Amino acid sequence: MKSFAPVLVVVGVIVALWYAAAVGMNAQWERDQAARAGSEIGWAEIVPKAMHQERPVLPAPHQVVAEFWKLTWGEEVAGRRGIVQSGSLSNRGLVLHAWVTLSATMLGFVIGSGFGILLAVGIVHNRAMDASVMPWAIASQTIPIVAIAPMIIVVLNSVGVAGLVPKAIIAAYLSFFPVVVGMVKGLRSPDGMQLDLLRTYNASAAQGLWKLRLPASMPYLFASLKVGVAASFVGTIVAELPLGGAGLGTRLLAGSYYGQTIQIWATLVVASLLAAGMVGVVGLVQSRVLARMGMAA
Amino acid sequence: MPDTVIEAKGVGLTFQTGDGPVHALKGVDLVIEKGDFVSFIGPSGCGKTTFLRCMAALETPTEGSLTVNGMSAEAARQARAYGYVFQAAGLYPWRTIGGNIRLPLEIMGFSKQEQAERVERVLELVDLKGFGKKYPWQLSGGMQQRASIARALAFDADILLMDEPFGALDEIVRDHLNEQLLALWARTEKTIAFVTHSIPEAVYLSTKIVVMSPRPGRIADVIESPLPRERPLDIRDSPEFIAVAHRVRDGLRAGHSYDD
Repeated sequence: MKSFAPVLVVVGVIVALWYAAAVGMNAQWERDQAARAGSEIGWAEIVPKAMHQERPVLPAPHQVVAEFWKLTWGEEVAGRRGIVQSGSLSNRGLVLHAWVTLSATMLGFVIGSGFGILLAVGIVHNRAMDASVMPWAIASQTIPIVAIAPMIIVVLNSVGVAGLVPKAIIAAYLSFFPVVVGMVKGLRSPDGMQLDLLRTYNASAAQGLWKLRLPASMPYLFASLKVGVAASFVGTIVAELPLGGAGLGTRLLAGSYYGQTIQIWATLVVASLLAAGMVGVVGLVQSRVLARMGMAA
Repeated sequence: MPDTVIEAKGVGLTFQTGDGPVHALKGVDLVIEKGDFVSFIGPSGCGKTTFLRCMAALETPTEGSLTVNGMSAEAARQARAYGYVFQAAGLYPWRTIGGNIRLPLEIMGFSKQEQAERVERVLELVDLKGFGKKYPWQLSGGMQQRASIARALAFDADILLMDEPFGALDEIVRDHLNEQLLALWARTEKTIAFVTHSIPEAVYLSTKIVVMSPRPGRIADVIESPLPRERPLDIRDSPEFIAVAHRVRDGLRAGHSYDD
Protein backbone atom coordinates (compact mmCIF):
# COMPACT_ATOMS: atom_id res chain seq x y z
CA MET A 1 0.00 0.00 0.00
CA LYS A 2 2.84 2.37 0.78
CA SER A 3 4.02 2.42 -2.81
CA PHE A 4 0.50 3.15 -4.07
CA ALA A 5 0.16 6.42 -2.17
CA PRO A 6 2.70 8.45 -4.19
CA VAL A 7 1.28 7.10 -7.45
CA LEU A 8 -2.24 8.09 -6.44
CA VAL A 9 -1.08 11.54 -5.38
CA VAL A 10 0.58 12.12 -8.77
CA VAL A 11 -2.50 10.89 -10.64
CA GLY A 12 -4.71 13.12 -8.48
CA VAL A 13 -2.56 16.15 -9.19
CA ILE A 14 -2.61 15.46 -12.94
CA VAL A 15 -6.39 15.04 -12.99
CA ALA A 16 -6.86 18.24 -10.98
CA LEU A 17 -4.58 20.17 -13.33
CA TRP A 18 -6.44 18.69 -16.28
CA TYR A 19 -9.81 19.86 -14.94
CA ALA A 20 -8.40 23.31 -14.25
CA ALA A 21 -6.96 23.52 -17.74
CA ALA A 22 -10.20 22.25 -19.31
CA VAL A 23 -12.25 24.89 -17.51
CA GLY A 24 -9.73 27.62 -18.39
CA MET A 25 -9.57 26.71 -22.07
CA ASN A 26 -13.27 26.10 -22.57
CA ALA A 27 -14.43 29.20 -20.66
CA GLN A 28 -14.01 31.58 -23.60
CA TRP A 29 -16.57 29.69 -25.67
CA GLU A 30 -19.15 29.92 -22.89
CA ARG A 31 -18.49 33.68 -22.58
CA ASP A 32 -18.87 34.10 -26.34
CA GLN A 33 -22.15 32.21 -26.26
CA ALA A 34 -23.42 34.38 -23.44
CA ALA A 35 -22.32 37.58 -25.21
CA ARG A 36 -24.14 36.48 -28.37
CA ALA A 37 -27.28 35.98 -26.30
CA GLY A 38 -26.80 39.45 -24.89
CA SER A 39 -26.07 38.38 -21.33
CA GLU A 40 -23.04 37.87 -19.09
CA ILE A 41 -22.16 34.82 -17.08
CA GLY A 42 -19.97 34.42 -14.03
CA TRP A 43 -17.54 31.62 -13.12
CA ALA A 44 -20.19 29.84 -11.07
CA GLU A 45 -22.05 29.10 -14.29
CA ILE A 46 -19.01 28.75 -16.54
CA VAL A 47 -17.31 25.98 -14.54
CA PRO A 48 -20.02 23.28 -14.80
CA LYS A 49 -20.80 24.21 -18.41
CA ALA A 50 -17.12 24.18 -19.45
CA MET A 51 -16.86 20.61 -18.21
CA HIS A 52 -19.72 19.34 -20.30
CA GLN A 53 -19.30 20.89 -23.73
CA GLU A 54 -19.99 18.87 -26.81
CA ARG A 55 -16.89 20.03 -28.67
CA PRO A 56 -14.55 21.41 -26.04
CA VAL A 57 -11.07 22.74 -26.78
CA LEU A 58 -9.88 20.39 -24.06
CA PRO A 59 -12.32 17.70 -22.90
CA ALA A 60 -12.56 17.07 -19.18
CA PRO A 61 -11.24 13.68 -17.96
CA HIS A 62 -14.68 12.25 -17.23
CA GLN A 63 -15.81 13.08 -20.77
CA VAL A 64 -12.80 11.21 -22.19
CA VAL A 65 -13.43 8.23 -19.94
CA ALA A 66 -17.12 8.15 -20.89
CA GLU A 67 -16.28 8.36 -24.60
CA PHE A 68 -13.64 5.66 -24.23
CA TRP A 69 -16.18 3.39 -22.54
CA LYS A 70 -18.84 4.16 -25.14
CA LEU A 71 -16.52 3.44 -28.06
CA THR A 72 -15.18 0.19 -26.61
CA TRP A 73 -17.52 -1.70 -24.29
CA GLY A 74 -20.68 0.17 -25.23
CA GLU A 75 -20.13 -0.15 -28.97
CA GLU A 76 -19.21 -3.82 -28.92
CA VAL A 77 -21.67 -5.15 -26.34
CA ALA A 78 -24.74 -2.95 -26.78
CA GLY A 79 -24.25 -1.50 -30.26
CA ARG A 80 -26.04 -2.86 -33.34
CA ARG A 81 -22.72 -3.28 -35.17
CA GLY A 82 -20.85 -4.60 -32.15
CA ILE A 83 -19.41 -8.06 -31.83
CA VAL A 84 -22.26 -9.30 -29.64
CA GLN A 85 -25.02 -8.53 -32.11
CA SER A 86 -23.27 -8.67 -35.48
CA GLY A 87 -20.51 -11.16 -34.78
CA SER A 88 -17.75 -8.79 -35.94
CA LEU A 89 -16.03 -5.78 -34.42
CA SER A 90 -17.77 -2.47 -35.03
CA ASN A 91 -16.01 -0.07 -37.38
CA ARG A 92 -17.32 2.79 -35.26
CA GLY A 93 -15.72 1.45 -32.08
CA LEU A 94 -12.07 1.72 -31.15
CA VAL A 95 -11.39 -1.99 -30.67
CA LEU A 96 -11.31 -2.71 -34.41
CA HIS A 97 -9.10 0.29 -35.10
CA ALA A 98 -6.80 -0.58 -32.25
CA TRP A 99 -6.49 -4.14 -33.57
CA VAL A 100 -5.68 -2.93 -37.09
CA THR A 101 -2.99 -0.60 -35.79
CA LEU A 102 -1.65 -3.20 -33.39
CA SER A 103 -1.27 -5.87 -36.07
CA ALA A 104 0.58 -3.50 -38.41
CA THR A 105 2.77 -2.40 -35.49
CA MET A 106 3.65 -5.96 -34.56
CA LEU A 107 4.49 -6.94 -38.13
CA GLY A 108 6.56 -3.79 -38.57
CA PHE A 109 8.29 -4.37 -35.26
CA VAL A 110 9.24 -7.92 -36.19
CA ILE A 111 10.52 -6.85 -39.62
CA GLY A 112 12.33 -3.82 -38.18
CA SER A 113 14.03 -5.60 -35.30
CA GLY A 114 14.96 -8.58 -37.46
CA PHE A 115 16.48 -6.25 -40.05
CA GLY A 116 18.18 -4.24 -37.31
CA ILE A 117 19.77 -7.33 -35.76
CA LEU A 118 20.99 -8.54 -39.17
CA LEU A 119 22.46 -5.12 -39.96
CA ALA A 120 24.20 -5.01 -36.58
CA VAL A 121 25.71 -8.47 -37.11
CA GLY A 122 26.94 -7.32 -40.52
CA ILE A 123 28.38 -4.11 -39.11
CA VAL A 124 30.26 -5.94 -36.37
CA HIS A 125 31.68 -8.62 -38.68
CA ASN A 126 32.37 -6.70 -41.85
CA ARG A 127 34.69 -3.72 -42.03
CA ALA A 128 33.11 -2.35 -45.19
CA MET A 129 29.64 -2.49 -43.66
CA ASP A 130 30.97 -0.93 -40.48
CA ALA A 131 32.23 2.07 -42.44
CA SER A 132 29.32 2.39 -44.84
CA VAL A 133 26.02 1.36 -43.23
CA MET A 134 25.84 3.58 -40.15
CA PRO A 135 25.81 6.94 -41.98
CA TRP A 136 22.90 5.71 -44.11
CA ALA A 137 21.03 4.41 -41.12
CA ILE A 138 21.44 7.77 -39.38
CA ALA A 139 20.46 9.66 -42.55
CA SER A 140 17.32 7.53 -42.84
CA GLN A 141 16.21 8.73 -39.42
CA THR A 142 16.79 12.42 -40.17
CA ILE A 143 14.07 12.42 -42.84
CA PRO A 144 10.75 13.41 -41.26
CA ILE A 145 8.57 10.33 -41.28
CA VAL A 146 5.44 12.34 -42.16
CA ALA A 147 7.21 13.40 -45.35
CA ILE A 148 8.38 9.99 -46.46
CA ALA A 149 5.45 7.84 -45.30
CA PRO A 150 2.98 8.91 -48.02
CA MET A 151 5.64 8.38 -50.69
CA ILE A 152 6.44 4.88 -49.51
CA ILE A 153 2.74 4.06 -49.50
CA VAL A 154 2.23 5.46 -53.01
CA VAL A 155 5.27 3.60 -54.36
CA LEU A 156 4.20 0.32 -52.76
CA ASN A 157 0.63 0.76 -53.95
CA SER A 158 1.84 1.23 -57.51
CA VAL A 159 3.61 -2.15 -57.36
CA GLY A 160 0.47 -3.72 -55.96
CA VAL A 161 1.36 -3.90 -52.26
CA ALA A 162 -1.47 -2.53 -50.16
CA GLY A 163 -3.17 -3.06 -46.82
CA LEU A 164 -1.14 -4.09 -43.80
CA VAL A 165 2.30 -4.34 -45.40
CA PRO A 166 2.96 -0.69 -46.36
CA LYS A 167 2.10 0.41 -42.82
CA ALA A 168 4.30 -2.31 -41.39
CA ILE A 169 7.19 -1.21 -43.59
CA ILE A 170 6.96 2.35 -42.30
CA ALA A 171 6.78 1.00 -38.77
CA ALA A 172 9.88 -1.10 -39.52
CA TYR A 173 11.58 1.96 -41.00
CA LEU A 174 11.34 3.69 -37.62
CA SER A 175 12.00 0.69 -35.39
CA PHE A 176 15.12 -0.80 -37.00
CA PHE A 177 17.32 2.12 -36.03
CA PRO A 178 17.32 1.82 -32.22
CA VAL A 179 17.84 -1.93 -32.64
CA VAL A 180 20.87 -1.43 -34.91
CA VAL A 181 22.46 1.06 -32.53
CA GLY A 182 21.78 -1.06 -29.44
CA MET A 183 22.84 -4.33 -31.02
CA VAL A 184 26.11 -2.96 -32.44
CA LYS A 185 26.94 -1.80 -28.94
CA GLY A 186 25.79 -5.11 -27.47
CA LEU A 187 27.65 -7.32 -29.94
CA ARG A 188 30.81 -5.32 -29.22
CA SER A 189 30.34 -5.50 -25.46
CA PRO A 190 32.55 -8.61 -24.85
CA ASP A 191 35.99 -7.41 -23.74
CA GLY A 192 39.37 -8.27 -25.21
CA MET A 193 39.93 -11.10 -22.75
CA GLN A 194 36.70 -12.87 -23.70
CA LEU A 195 37.56 -12.55 -27.39
CA ASP A 196 41.11 -13.80 -26.72
CA LEU A 197 39.66 -16.79 -24.89
CA LEU A 198 37.75 -17.79 -28.02
CA ARG A 199 40.92 -17.32 -30.06
CA THR A 200 42.73 -19.78 -27.83
CA TYR A 201 39.99 -22.30 -28.72
CA ASN A 202 40.47 -21.43 -32.40
CA ALA A 203 36.73 -20.70 -32.55
CA SER A 204 35.19 -19.54 -35.82
CA ALA A 205 33.52 -16.15 -36.21
CA ALA A 206 30.12 -17.87 -36.28
CA GLN A 207 30.86 -19.65 -33.00
CA GLY A 208 31.97 -16.35 -31.51
CA LEU A 209 28.69 -14.80 -32.60
CA TRP A 210 26.44 -17.56 -31.23
CA LYS A 211 28.30 -18.39 -28.06
CA LEU A 212 29.63 -15.01 -26.98
CA ARG A 213 28.43 -11.94 -28.87
CA LEU A 214 24.71 -12.70 -29.09
CA PRO A 215 24.22 -13.79 -25.47
CA ALA A 216 26.31 -10.83 -24.29
CA SER A 217 24.15 -8.44 -26.30
CA MET A 218 20.81 -9.52 -24.79
CA PRO A 219 20.46 -6.71 -22.22
CA TYR A 220 21.26 -4.19 -24.95
CA LEU A 221 18.82 -5.84 -27.32
CA PHE A 222 15.90 -5.56 -24.93
CA ALA A 223 16.63 -1.93 -24.13
CA SER A 224 16.53 -1.20 -27.87
CA LEU A 225 13.43 -3.31 -28.43
CA LYS A 226 11.52 -1.19 -25.93
CA VAL A 227 12.41 1.95 -27.88
CA GLY A 228 11.83 0.10 -31.15
CA VAL A 229 8.31 -1.08 -30.34
CA ALA A 230 7.25 2.43 -29.38
CA ALA A 231 8.81 3.83 -32.58
CA SER A 232 7.07 1.14 -34.58
CA PHE A 233 3.73 2.18 -33.11
CA VAL A 234 4.30 5.85 -33.96
CA GLY A 235 5.29 4.83 -37.48
CA THR A 236 2.10 2.84 -37.96
CA ILE A 237 -0.11 5.70 -36.80
CA VAL A 238 1.68 8.16 -39.07
CA ALA A 239 1.35 5.70 -41.95
CA GLU A 240 -2.40 5.45 -41.33
CA LEU A 241 -2.95 9.20 -41.61
CA PRO A 242 -2.91 9.34 -45.41
CA LEU A 243 -4.31 5.84 -45.90
CA GLY A 244 -7.91 5.96 -44.81
CA GLY A 245 -9.65 2.71 -43.99
CA ALA A 246 -9.28 1.45 -40.46
CA GLY A 247 -6.72 2.22 -37.80
CA LEU A 248 -6.13 4.60 -34.90
CA GLY A 249 -4.28 7.05 -37.16
CA THR A 250 -7.27 7.28 -39.47
CA ARG A 251 -9.55 7.81 -36.49
CA LEU A 252 -7.33 10.60 -35.16
CA LEU A 253 -7.36 12.35 -38.53
CA ALA A 254 -11.14 11.95 -38.90
CA GLY A 255 -11.64 13.29 -35.39
CA SER A 256 -9.63 16.40 -36.14
CA TYR A 257 -11.45 16.95 -39.48
CA TYR A 258 -14.80 17.01 -37.74
CA GLY A 259 -13.68 18.74 -34.55
CA GLN A 260 -14.49 15.66 -32.43
CA THR A 261 -12.04 16.49 -29.68
CA ILE A 262 -13.51 14.05 -27.20
CA GLN A 263 -13.18 11.25 -29.73
CA ILE A 264 -9.56 12.25 -30.45
CA TRP A 265 -8.74 12.10 -26.76
CA ALA A 266 -10.45 8.76 -26.32
CA THR A 267 -8.42 7.46 -29.26
CA LEU A 268 -5.25 8.84 -27.68
CA VAL A 269 -6.09 6.99 -24.49
CA VAL A 270 -6.40 3.74 -26.44
CA ALA A 271 -3.13 4.47 -28.23
CA SER A 272 -1.24 5.12 -25.03
CA LEU A 273 -2.67 2.01 -23.37
CA LEU A 274 -1.58 -0.06 -26.37
CA ALA A 275 1.91 1.45 -26.37
CA ALA A 276 2.33 0.94 -22.64
CA GLY A 277 1.06 -2.63 -23.03
CA MET A 278 3.57 -3.44 -25.78
CA VAL A 279 6.52 -1.95 -23.90
CA GLY A 280 5.29 -3.88 -20.87
CA VAL A 281 5.24 -7.14 -22.81
CA VAL A 282 8.79 -6.55 -24.06
CA GLY A 283 9.83 -5.84 -20.47
CA LEU A 284 8.19 -9.07 -19.32
CA VAL A 285 9.95 -11.11 -22.01
CA GLN A 286 13.19 -9.37 -21.02
CA SER A 287 12.97 -10.31 -17.37
CA ARG A 288 12.02 -13.90 -18.29
CA VAL A 289 14.88 -14.30 -20.77
CA LEU A 290 17.50 -12.66 -18.57
CA ALA A 291 16.37 -14.68 -15.56
CA ARG A 292 16.67 -17.86 -17.59
CA MET A 293 20.15 -16.78 -18.64
CA GLY A 294 21.12 -16.26 -15.01
CA MET A 295 21.44 -12.51 -15.56
CA ALA A 296 18.62 -11.18 -13.44
CA ALA A 297 18.03 -7.62 -14.60
CA MET B 1 66.64 -36.41 -23.30
CA PRO B 2 63.18 -35.03 -22.54
CA ASP B 3 60.97 -33.65 -25.30
CA THR B 4 61.15 -29.96 -26.01
CA VAL B 5 57.69 -28.39 -25.89
CA ILE B 6 58.44 -24.72 -26.37
CA GLU B 7 61.56 -23.31 -27.93
CA ALA B 8 62.24 -19.60 -28.32
CA LYS B 9 65.28 -18.31 -30.23
CA GLY B 10 65.97 -14.60 -30.24
CA VAL B 11 62.31 -13.75 -29.88
CA GLY B 12 61.57 -10.03 -30.02
CA LEU B 13 58.39 -8.02 -30.27
CA THR B 14 58.21 -4.33 -31.07
CA PHE B 15 54.95 -2.43 -30.95
CA GLN B 16 54.69 0.60 -33.21
CA THR B 17 52.99 3.35 -31.24
CA GLY B 18 52.39 7.05 -31.75
CA ASP B 19 55.41 7.81 -29.52
CA GLY B 20 57.72 5.59 -31.56
CA PRO B 21 58.50 1.88 -31.27
CA VAL B 22 58.15 0.10 -27.92
CA HIS B 23 60.40 -2.93 -27.42
CA ALA B 24 58.17 -5.25 -25.41
CA LEU B 25 60.54 -8.20 -25.85
CA LYS B 26 64.12 -8.48 -27.06
CA GLY B 27 66.38 -11.46 -27.63
CA VAL B 28 64.45 -14.02 -25.59
CA ASP B 29 66.00 -17.52 -25.72
CA LEU B 30 64.26 -20.22 -23.76
CA VAL B 31 63.55 -23.94 -23.85
CA ILE B 32 60.65 -25.50 -21.97
CA GLU B 33 60.70 -29.28 -21.63
CA LYS B 34 57.72 -31.55 -21.33
CA GLY B 35 56.42 -31.67 -17.77
CA ASP B 36 58.18 -28.48 -16.71
CA PHE B 37 56.52 -25.94 -14.47
CA VAL B 38 58.04 -22.65 -15.61
CA SER B 39 57.31 -19.38 -13.85
CA PHE B 40 57.92 -15.98 -15.40
CA ILE B 41 58.56 -13.30 -12.84
CA GLY B 42 59.43 -9.65 -13.13
CA PRO B 43 58.07 -6.15 -12.60
CA SER B 44 55.25 -4.68 -14.67
CA GLY B 45 56.28 -3.99 -18.23
CA CYS B 46 58.98 -6.68 -18.34
CA GLY B 47 57.14 -8.52 -21.10
CA LYS B 48 56.26 -11.67 -19.16
CA THR B 49 52.60 -11.57 -20.16
CA THR B 50 53.58 -10.55 -23.69
CA PHE B 51 55.83 -13.59 -23.98
CA LEU B 52 53.05 -15.85 -22.72
CA ARG B 53 50.72 -14.32 -25.30
CA CYS B 54 53.35 -14.98 -27.99
CA MET B 55 53.38 -18.66 -27.01
CA ALA B 56 49.60 -18.64 -27.29
CA ALA B 57 49.81 -16.88 -30.68
CA LEU B 58 47.69 -14.05 -29.32
CA GLU B 59 50.65 -11.81 -30.25
CA THR B 60 53.06 -12.39 -33.10
CA PRO B 61 56.78 -11.84 -32.46
CA THR B 62 58.45 -9.44 -34.85
CA GLU B 63 61.85 -11.17 -34.59
CA GLY B 64 63.27 -14.59 -33.89
CA SER B 65 61.60 -17.98 -33.98
CA LEU B 66 59.14 -19.53 -31.54
CA THR B 67 57.97 -23.11 -31.80
CA VAL B 68 55.31 -24.86 -29.74
CA ASN B 69 55.15 -28.66 -29.96
CA GLY B 70 57.58 -28.43 -32.87
CA MET B 71 55.32 -26.19 -34.96
CA SER B 72 54.78 -22.47 -35.20
CA ALA B 73 52.80 -20.91 -32.35
CA GLU B 74 49.98 -20.06 -34.77
CA ALA B 75 49.75 -23.66 -35.98
CA ALA B 76 49.80 -24.84 -32.36
CA ARG B 77 46.93 -22.50 -31.54
CA GLN B 78 44.93 -23.86 -34.46
CA ALA B 79 45.72 -27.38 -33.26
CA ARG B 80 44.41 -26.35 -29.81
CA ALA B 81 47.68 -27.31 -28.20
CA TYR B 82 47.23 -25.30 -25.01
CA GLY B 83 44.71 -24.15 -22.44
CA TYR B 84 44.97 -20.53 -21.37
CA VAL B 85 44.01 -19.14 -17.97
CA PHE B 86 43.60 -15.37 -17.81
CA GLN B 87 44.08 -12.93 -14.93
CA ALA B 88 40.32 -12.78 -14.40
CA ALA B 89 38.18 -15.90 -14.47
CA GLY B 90 36.13 -14.45 -17.34
CA LEU B 91 33.31 -16.95 -16.95
CA TYR B 92 30.21 -16.21 -19.03
CA PRO B 93 27.58 -14.97 -16.58
CA TRP B 94 24.78 -16.55 -18.64
CA ARG B 95 26.26 -20.04 -18.42
CA THR B 96 26.46 -22.25 -15.37
CA ILE B 97 29.87 -23.41 -14.19
CA GLY B 98 29.30 -26.65 -16.10
CA GLY B 99 28.16 -24.67 -19.12
CA ASN B 100 31.30 -22.56 -18.99
CA ILE B 101 33.53 -25.61 -18.88
CA ARG B 102 31.52 -27.07 -21.77
CA LEU B 103 32.18 -23.97 -23.90
CA PRO B 104 35.52 -25.10 -25.40
CA LEU B 105 34.15 -28.64 -25.77
CA GLU B 106 31.16 -27.36 -27.76
CA ILE B 107 33.42 -25.27 -29.94
CA MET B 108 35.75 -28.21 -30.56
CA GLY B 109 32.84 -30.49 -31.41
CA PHE B 110 32.94 -33.10 -28.65
CA SER B 111 29.88 -35.33 -28.41
CA LYS B 112 27.24 -34.47 -25.80
CA GLN B 113 28.08 -37.53 -23.77
CA GLU B 114 31.80 -36.85 -23.81
CA GLN B 115 31.16 -33.21 -22.87
CA ALA B 116 29.26 -34.31 -19.78
CA GLU B 117 31.96 -36.82 -18.79
CA ARG B 118 34.76 -34.31 -19.20
CA VAL B 119 32.93 -31.60 -17.27
CA GLU B 120 32.48 -34.01 -14.36
CA ARG B 121 36.11 -35.09 -14.51
CA VAL B 122 37.66 -31.60 -14.51
CA LEU B 123 35.23 -30.33 -11.88
CA GLU B 124 36.55 -33.05 -9.63
CA LEU B 125 40.11 -32.21 -10.62
CA VAL B 126 39.75 -28.61 -9.37
CA ASP B 127 37.72 -29.67 -6.34
CA LEU B 128 34.43 -28.15 -7.52
CA LYS B 129 32.41 -31.34 -7.67
CA GLY B 130 28.70 -30.57 -7.34
CA PHE B 131 29.03 -26.94 -8.42
CA GLY B 132 28.33 -27.60 -12.11
CA LYS B 133 24.79 -26.23 -11.99
CA LYS B 134 25.67 -23.04 -10.11
CA TYR B 135 26.05 -19.71 -11.84
CA PRO B 136 29.38 -17.85 -11.60
CA TRP B 137 27.99 -15.11 -9.35
CA GLN B 138 27.10 -17.77 -6.79
CA LEU B 139 30.79 -18.68 -6.37
CA SER B 140 33.65 -16.90 -4.61
CA GLY B 141 36.51 -15.38 -6.59
CA GLY B 142 38.81 -18.31 -5.84
CA MET B 143 36.19 -20.84 -6.91
CA GLN B 144 35.57 -18.90 -10.11
CA GLN B 145 39.28 -18.96 -10.90
CA ARG B 146 39.34 -22.72 -10.26
CA ALA B 147 36.40 -23.09 -12.64
CA SER B 148 38.35 -21.18 -15.27
CA ILE B 149 41.29 -23.58 -14.76
CA ALA B 150 38.89 -26.48 -15.18
CA ARG B 151 37.71 -24.87 -18.41
CA ALA B 152 41.31 -24.72 -19.66
CA LEU B 153 41.87 -28.38 -18.69
CA ALA B 154 38.65 -29.73 -20.17
CA PHE B 155 39.93 -30.40 -23.68
CA ASP B 156 43.13 -32.09 -22.53
CA ALA B 157 45.73 -29.84 -24.06
CA ASP B 158 49.24 -30.82 -22.91
CA ILE B 159 50.26 -27.24 -22.23
CA LEU B 160 48.70 -24.90 -19.68
CA LEU B 161 49.49 -21.20 -20.04
CA MET B 162 48.54 -19.18 -16.96
CA ASP B 163 48.68 -15.41 -16.80
CA GLU B 164 48.73 -14.31 -13.14
CA PRO B 165 45.71 -16.49 -12.45
CA PHE B 166 45.78 -15.87 -8.70
CA GLY B 167 46.86 -12.21 -8.83
CA ALA B 168 43.47 -10.87 -7.79
CA LEU B 169 43.00 -13.25 -4.85
CA ASP B 170 43.95 -12.81 -1.22
CA GLU B 171 46.99 -14.59 0.17
CA ILE B 172 45.17 -17.32 2.08
CA VAL B 173 43.16 -18.38 -0.96
CA ARG B 174 46.26 -18.04 -3.09
CA ASP B 175 48.28 -20.42 -0.86
CA HIS B 176 45.49 -22.93 -1.02
CA LEU B 177 45.19 -22.70 -4.80
CA ASN B 178 48.97 -22.95 -5.22
CA GLU B 179 48.92 -26.22 -3.30
CA GLN B 180 46.02 -27.50 -5.39
CA LEU B 181 47.72 -26.43 -8.60
CA LEU B 182 50.83 -28.44 -7.70
CA ALA B 183 48.68 -31.50 -6.97
CA LEU B 184 46.88 -31.04 -10.24
CA TRP B 185 50.15 -30.67 -12.14
CA ALA B 186 51.44 -33.88 -10.55
CA ARG B 187 48.26 -35.74 -11.53
CA THR B 188 47.95 -34.48 -15.09
CA GLU B 189 51.67 -34.18 -16.01
CA LYS B 190 51.01 -31.04 -18.01
CA THR B 191 53.62 -28.54 -19.07
CA ILE B 192 52.79 -25.28 -17.33
CA ALA B 193 53.96 -21.74 -18.07
CA PHE B 194 52.94 -19.45 -15.25
CA VAL B 195 53.23 -15.66 -15.07
CA THR B 196 53.38 -14.08 -11.62
CA HIS B 197 54.89 -11.18 -9.76
CA SER B 198 55.04 -12.97 -6.43
CA ILE B 199 58.47 -14.35 -5.57
CA PRO B 200 57.22 -16.99 -3.05
CA GLU B 201 54.59 -18.16 -5.53
CA ALA B 202 57.17 -18.53 -8.30
CA VAL B 203 59.65 -20.39 -6.09
CA TYR B 204 57.03 -22.62 -4.51
CA LEU B 205 55.49 -23.74 -7.79
CA SER B 206 58.26 -23.94 -10.34
CA THR B 207 60.84 -26.36 -11.61
CA LYS B 208 62.28 -23.45 -13.56
CA ILE B 209 62.07 -19.75 -12.78
CA VAL B 210 62.57 -17.19 -15.53
CA VAL B 211 63.43 -13.77 -14.12
CA MET B 212 62.67 -10.96 -16.54
CA SER B 213 63.51 -7.28 -16.61
CA PRO B 214 61.96 -4.36 -18.46
CA ARG B 215 62.88 -1.84 -21.17
CA PRO B 216 63.33 -3.82 -23.30
CA GLY B 217 61.64 -6.93 -21.91
CA ARG B 218 64.32 -9.61 -21.68
CA ILE B 219 65.41 -12.60 -19.62
CA ALA B 220 67.72 -11.63 -16.73
CA ASP B 221 68.18 -15.08 -15.19
CA VAL B 222 66.92 -18.64 -15.53
CA ILE B 223 66.96 -20.65 -12.31
CA GLU B 224 66.56 -24.43 -12.23
CA SER B 225 64.90 -25.13 -8.91
CA PRO B 226 66.69 -27.63 -6.65
CA LEU B 227 63.47 -28.29 -4.70
CA PRO B 228 61.87 -31.73 -4.98
CA ARG B 229 58.65 -32.10 -6.99
CA GLU B 230 56.77 -33.09 -3.86
CA ARG B 231 56.30 -29.80 -1.99
CA PRO B 232 54.33 -29.31 1.21
CA LEU B 233 53.51 -25.67 2.03
CA ASP B 234 56.10 -25.53 4.84
CA ILE B 235 58.91 -26.14 2.38
CA ARG B 236 58.82 -22.38 2.16
CA ASP B 237 60.68 -22.17 5.44
CA SER B 238 63.50 -24.44 4.27
CA PRO B 239 66.99 -23.02 3.56
CA GLU B 240 66.85 -24.27 -0.06
CA PHE B 241 63.63 -22.35 -0.67
CA ILE B 242 65.05 -19.20 0.87
CA ALA B 243 68.22 -19.52 -1.19
CA VAL B 244 66.24 -19.77 -4.44
CA ALA B 245 64.02 -16.84 -3.43
CA HIS B 246 67.16 -14.87 -2.69
CA ARG B 247 68.57 -15.60 -6.12
CA VAL B 248 65.32 -14.54 -7.75
CA ARG B 249 65.44 -11.27 -5.82
CA ASP B 250 69.05 -10.75 -6.91
CA GLY B 251 68.04 -11.39 -10.50
CA LEU B 252 65.29 -8.82 -10.28
CA ARG B 253 67.70 -6.32 -8.77
CA ALA B 254 70.34 -6.99 -11.43
CA GLY B 255 67.71 -6.18 -14.04
CA HIS B 256 67.61 -2.66 -12.57
CA SER B 257 63.95 -3.18 -12.02
CA TYR B 258 64.04 -1.38 -8.68
CA ASP B 259 65.73 1.74 -10.09
CA ASP B 260 62.51 3.61 -10.49
